[in-house]
Amino acid sequence: MEGSTIIFYLLALLTVVSGILAVTATNILRAAISLLFALIGIAGIYFWLDYQFIAAVQIVVYVGGIVVLIIFSIFLTQSAGEKMPSQKLGRTVFSALAAFCGFALVLIQLFQHNFPISKDLTLTPKVADIGTQMLGVKEEGYALPFELVSMLLLAALIGCIVIAMRSKPQTT
Amino acid sequence: MMNPVYIALIPLLPLAGFLMLGLFGRKFFKETSGIIATLLLLTAFGLSVYVAYDYFTHANGGVYPKTIAFQYTWLRFTDTLSIDMGALIDPISVMMLLVVTFVSLMVHIYSLAYVKGEERFATYYAYLMLFTFSMLGLVLSSNLFQIYIFWELVGLSSFLLIGFYYNKPSAVAACKKAFIVTRFADLGFLIGILILSFYSGTLDFATLINTLTTPESAAMKNAVTASFLGVSAISWGMALVFIGGAGKSAMFPLHIWLPDAMEGPTPVSALIHAATMVVAGVFLVARLFPVFALTTPAVLEIVGWVGAFSAIFAAMIACTQTDIKRVLAYSTMSQIGFMLFALGVSKYGGENGLGFTASMFHLFTHAMFKALLFLGAGAVIHYVHSNEMKDMGGLRKLLPITHITFLIACLAIAGVPPFAGFFSKEEILLAAFNGNKTIYYVALLTSGLTAFYMFRLYFNIFWSKEPATQHDKHHGEGGFAMMMPLVLLAIGAAAAGFIPFGNFVSSDGAKLESHFHLAFSAAPVLIGLSGILLAFVMYKKQSNKATNLANSLGGIYKTVYHKFYIDELYLFITKKILFNLIGRPAAWFDKNVVDGLVNATGNATTMISAKIKGMQSGRVQQYAAYFFAGVFGLVLIFLYIWK
Amino acid sequence: MMQPGLYHILIISAALFFIGVFGFFTRRNLITMLMSIELILNSVNLNFIAFNKYVWPHKMDGLFFSLFVIAIAAAEAAVAIAIIINLYRSHQSIDVEDAGEMKY
Repeated sequence: MEGSTIIFYLLALLTVVSGILAVTATNILRAAISLLFALIGIAGIYFWLDYQFIAAVQIVVYVGGIVVLIIFSIFLTQSAGEKMPSQKLGRTVFSALAAFCGFALVLIQLFQHNFPISKDLTLTPKVADIGTQMLGVKEEGYALPFELVSMLLLAALIGCIVIAMRSKPQTT
Repeated sequence: MMNPVYIALIPLLPLAGFLMLGLFGRKFFKETSGIIATLLLLTAFGLSVYVAYDYFTHANGGVYPKTIAFQYTWLRFTDTLSIDMGALIDPISVMMLLVVTFVSLMVHIYSLAYVKGEERFATYYAYLMLFTFSMLGLVLSSNLFQIYIFWELVGLSSFLLIGFYYNKPSAVAACKKAFIVTRFADLGFLIGILILSFYSGTLDFATLINTLTTPESAAMKNAVTASFLGVSAISWGMALVFIGGAGKSAMFPLHIWLPDAMEGPTPVSALIHAATMVVAGVFLVARLFPVFALTTPAVLEIVGWVGAFSAIFAAMIACTQTDIKRVLAYSTMSQIGFMLFALGVSKYGGENGLGFTASMFHLFTHAMFKALLFLGAGAVIHYVHSNEMKDMGGLRKLLPITHITFLIACLAIAGVPPFAGFFSKEEILLAAFNGNKTIYYVALLTSGLTAFYMFRLYFNIFWSKEPATQHDKHHGEGGFAMMMPLVLLAIGAAAAGFIPFGNFVSSDGAKLESHFHLAFSAAPVLIGLSGILLAFVMYKKQSNKATNLANSLGGIYKTVYHKFYIDELYLFITKKILFNLIGRPAAWFDKNVVDGLVNATGNATTMISAKIKGMQSGRVQQYAAYFFAGVFGLVLIFLYIWK
Repeated sequence: MMQPGLYHILIISAALFFIGVFGFFTRRNLITMLMSIELILNSVNLNFIAFNKYVWPHKMDGLFFSLFVIAIAAAEAAVAIAIIINLYRSHQSIDVEDAGEMKY
């Protein structure tokens, strides 16, 4: 077996196990750390696919941003180490069943379908091309969605401030 | 030709008074409202006298024309069928103008003293004005529908005035009763109007009468041939119209409201329930008399029989009542019965139309003496503060003017010459003698009864026992305002008989010479005098004779005293039969089926919404589960069913 | 074991997706529910990248979609956490069962 194959399976194992831990751990901080590993595992798979740029973005934004944000909010709202109240067993079983059914359905569909796999599997996007197309205003350019997303981010920024801002006491 | 403005002003002045007093009376004219109303009425009376003088001195070749003084088309249905507002001037409407304005004026003056100090003084005068306006509008009506409108208006004002003492439960019950009974009769009237206008194609009196008395006209042929239950449509129409008249005129069996209507103030009884409104039925029959006489003599005969029966029926009840106003009420009913059967026995035109003239004549004289009787009774009640005979007696010294005028009125109604009632009753009896012998004997008996019960009343009030001492002496007879109308009406009651009435009013407009037969008069006068004598013997001095007689008659007396149990019969029919058989099932149906359906709809909606509401639980995960189930379901559908 | 390819990655992606769904259904803590959503978004990203790599290697549209999803996920996470903190301030709790006032 090749080394890359082993690496892939290890990454897959890391991702799925950390994911399961992230949604089942009773300690919320441990769940957050498991999420961190799951995200790192996904970033690893991006690397394995030779998509360095998106892997970097994944690590910078998710691992460095969102997970840190989540951990901060955990510290703000929760005393660490506290066990979370567990869900009713009936609900857990139902959810597991629903998730499993969905998963089975997807798998069945996946194996019934034949995807036209390309021959040029070594081809990987260059960062310069990504930049050119992202800001391109020509036919396949993504300048408009890019600007829209930037507007969205601005709105989210302001929205966060407004929501989280402590409302002033009413002066009458 | 006279100026129509004068005629228009006669009803419009009271209307203006009603609006003014009704809207602003209680604030601005609290004290002066009576004076204002009286002055307006005086003007209207003056105008009526002028109109009457002008009309009766301009006979056109011995015949008084029917003229339309003015007419304004209000609602037009077809070229001929329209509801108009107008004034029809003919002998009977002119006579009614005089009667209504005169009696109303008297009552207005009288009320100045009688209703004085009442909290709703201005309202009272506003109602009186409304009534006067409606009654004048009624007698002037040129259109069958106009008469119906004013007919309802007088019914309304009568309702308001009977219920004037609205904090008295008996008055409230009485006004409701009067309204419901007359309204019930008016339903017949309305249907009658619809039938007549359907067949004649018009509502205008002149055209209507013309169409329905011409046997050759197409409308007439339709109306006679179309039949229901074997009776021609025109007969149904006229009979239904007469039911309306009978309701307003308190004819048997629709009379039950009139005695109860005496709960109203006494001057109101004098005006509405003696002199003017109750004769509206007579007026209506007289107005349509050509149709009754020429086209549907059978219906006219019914009118005659209803009148005769009501006359004797009411006279018998009047003999037993002890409430003086109720005696007068039954007397009124009896006298209206006289007028109606006089019409019933009459024929159209010439000498045979004597009954018509007699009826109108009696209407005229009756208005005088019955108003006088009521106002006199009002003076007595004002003095004694009671309606019951047993609280009265020996009042002749204490109320001299009332006594004399009351005596005149009693003599007039009893038919003693030379007072007014004698002449008119004489004519009626003569007409009945010529027309229908049975009715004549009934009438003769009734006039004897009339004399008896009137003098029973008279002796019980003014003679009988010694005056009770507890009466208030301080207000005496009630002053000038109350006495003047009495005196004026007494003059009318004494002298009105000498008017050569036949010269003015007759069935076809031509002058009618009235013949005076001494031999014929003997019988009624003798019967009347014997009635008076009987009353004199029984009631002059306080004695046991009357009680003994009543006891010996036993059951009969009791039946009559309880008005033949007609009220109880009505109660039985309405309460026991109508309410139980129709009202209750209808109520049950309404409550359980109609309401039940509505409630069930409401409950179902609430229930379903409560169920749906449960889905909006506010739990995010539940929503997510719905969403997931929906997506999952859609995926399955698209994958395996709708490929 | 075989050479890993598109199918392997898709299976991982599907597994992550349904792990996220399971977490979303069972967790009561709002922050952990947010974490489940992040997992779901990541599985989608993984899908995009896998298809881009194996089916249309000459194009970069899947890559761009992933990038935008990441950007929007960041915004979404920020707003969600702001809401959670605000909720915590008013309810002293971030349990989803305690925030049921917006029903009916």
